[in-house]
Amino acid sequence: MATLTVEGVRKDFAGTHVLHGIDLAVGEGEMIVIVGASGCGKTTLLRIVAGLETASAGRILIDGADVTRLEPKDRDIAMVFQNYALYPHMSVFDNMAYGLKIRGLPKAEIAQRVQQAADLLGLGALLARRPRQLSGGQRQRVAMGRAIVREPKLFLFDEPLSNLDAKLRVQMRAEIKRLQRRLGVTSLYVTHDQVEAMTLGDRLVVMHQGRAEQVATPMEVWSRPANTFVAGFIGAPAMNFLAATLAPGGEAAVLKAGPTIPFIDGRRPLPDGTALTIGIRPEHLVAASDGALALKVDLVEPLGAEALVHGLLPSGEEMTVRMSGSSPLPGAILPLSVPPLNVHVFEAESGRRMDGLHEFRKVQPAASVAKQAADR
Amino acid sequence: MHAPVAAAALAEAERATRAADRARRTGAIVTHAILILGVALFALPIWIVLMGSTHDAATVSRGEVPLLPGSEGLANYLTAWGEGSAKTTRAPVSAMMLNSFVMALLITFGKIAISLTSAYAVVFFRFPGRMIAFWSIFITLMLPVEVRIFPTFKVVSDLGLVNTYAGLIVPLIASATATLLFRQFFLTIPDELVEAAKMDGAGPMRFFKDVVLPLSTTNMAALFVIMFVYGWNQYLWPLLITTTGDVETIVIGIVRMLGSEADTDWHIVMATTVMALIPPVAVVILMQRWFVKGLVESEK
Repeated sequence: MATLTVEGVRKDFAGTHVLHGIDLAVGEGEMIVIVGASGCGKTTLLRIVAGLETASAGRILIDGADVTRLEPKDRDIAMVFQNYALYPHMSVFDNMAYGLKIRGLPKAEIAQRVQQAADLLGLGALLARRPRQLSGGQRQRVAMGRAIVREPKLFLFDEPLSNLDAKLRVQMRAEIKRLQRRLGVTSLYVTHDQVEAMTLGDRLVVMHQGRAEQVATPMEVWSRPANTFVAGFIGAPAMNFLAATLAPGGEAAVLKAGPTIPFIDGRRPLPDGTALTIGIRPEHLVAASDGALALKVDLVEPLGAEALVHGLLPSGEEMTVRMSGSSPLPGAILPLSVPPLNVHVFEAESGRRMDGLHEFRKVQPAASVAKQAADR
Repeated sequence: MHAPVAAAALAEAERATRAADRARRTGAIVTHAILILGVALFALPIWIVLMGSTHDAATVSRGEVPLLPGSEGLANYLTAWGEGSAKTTRAPVSAMMLNSFVMALLITFGKIAISLTSAYAVVFFRFPGRMIAFWSIFITLMLPVEVRIFPTFKVVSDLGLVNTYAGLIVPLIASATATLLFRQFFLTIPDELVEAAKMDGAGPMRFFKDVVLPLSTTNMAALFVIMFVYGWNQYLWPLLITTTGDVETIVIGIVRMLGSEADTDWHIVMATTVMALIPPVAVVILMQRWFVKGLVESEK
């Protein structure tokens, strides 16, 4: 177990800035998921931590020791690659044992460690096979086994599940989570899949264009996104954004689409008439006969238990609603009401979240707050 | 009304079928005839050599072209193997075969070793002058051997290596083709594999020995076949560099056996030729499976 500290890490490739100064403190045994769209720099950050790339500026500390200039092998970390990167000519056993062999461990200990990891991952019967004789999920397990036997200070995962089919992905996701809990190894996990991010991470780092937009627990990222990017990225289907202006007094938002939404969590200390972006998640909109938003339905996607209703508001803005029960037909007008409790307020110009002055709405579970405090 | 029409149509169909059958048969005959002609063209000279090597000296000298085996086969081969052609070189074929074998093997191993390591350097390392090194290797592909043979001869003779194995072999070891082939193969090794090895703590030599070499075995086998045959068949360079029988190769030996028409032991020459054929053919047949595998698939 170890701590990882990333201090002001920047990366430039031939004049393009890929990372604009990332700071991150990972506590002992914590699992941090770095999530973002492709090209946001998440993999670059992971590779810099691994030592496969050098940072243009900044420092990497593992257990307080500066490893920025060290080779990967001297950092005591293990990495699981997206395409597994197993040695094709070696058996499963040799694949897992290779790193230990190089480190010159006695044969008996290597055999014991590999056997242990194999048992843990259910690979016991496959040790003599070659990677090409394994299924995708089994290869994935071997790749994890290779990381586990090393007993490293830090696990790095580079989109390890993206080459698996959907069902296996869900299964392996749970397995990784259980394994990480059990071994208690500090981990950094890169993914573009927000479900993976939400389910696996103790905390998330939401990245966008080389910046960490928000570092927080999954529930906090979901319920109090720091800006419109995070709000739109986390949650599926994505949050609806509506243009609005701040009503005089700062106590409500006047939607371009018509209705006025009162802020029940307090006044926003901004000049009257400030342009705002109001965010409402599709699952929070309620169909009500007295609803103030009139949605002209244009497409209905049934998902079984519920349906996604897409439509246009009178202001010309698009909106998606997640409805359970009966869904309207295309062409119908669906009246919707907006529960003021579930409204997110962002400043339109900067996209930054504007919290009310009372801030009583913090829904972060007490336990995770305590954990976070302990980590720091 | 229907029945007669149907009958006419049936007859028509019958005729068409028969015509198609005939056309197919003619086609088959023509293609086979061409094929047999081709096979005969390739195989006949070898057959004549094979048969000629079993007759006595007089038969071939008389201008006969024997198409059936004679009775002197064993004697001819033993003479060639032990003594060589009495009228011309007097060098035994066994010695020349050994020279050829040593040369072909050393050229092959040398080429594989040199091109494997230089391709490894060009693909897996970033260093100043990397592309210059690669291109200068690549450009030698475009120069035919004949162009650089006299400068090479000058260098080798100044070093005093004429009539030595070293002089015979070393200049033939550099191989742009093999380097290029290995480079192409190395480029298909995924970056992640290199990185995984780095994370496992393998240094460059370790990675070369534990990962690159085992993955390259099929390619090495394919190159072994090509290069062995290439080495065995070398003519121009050995012709320049060997002036005595000591390091003379079999290919040169055959040429030197040919004196004037009357002075040539044709039966011995033919037996020698057959023996000279055997090693490359054996290598190709024995390693065929690997050879095809190495050229067709790259194990990933």
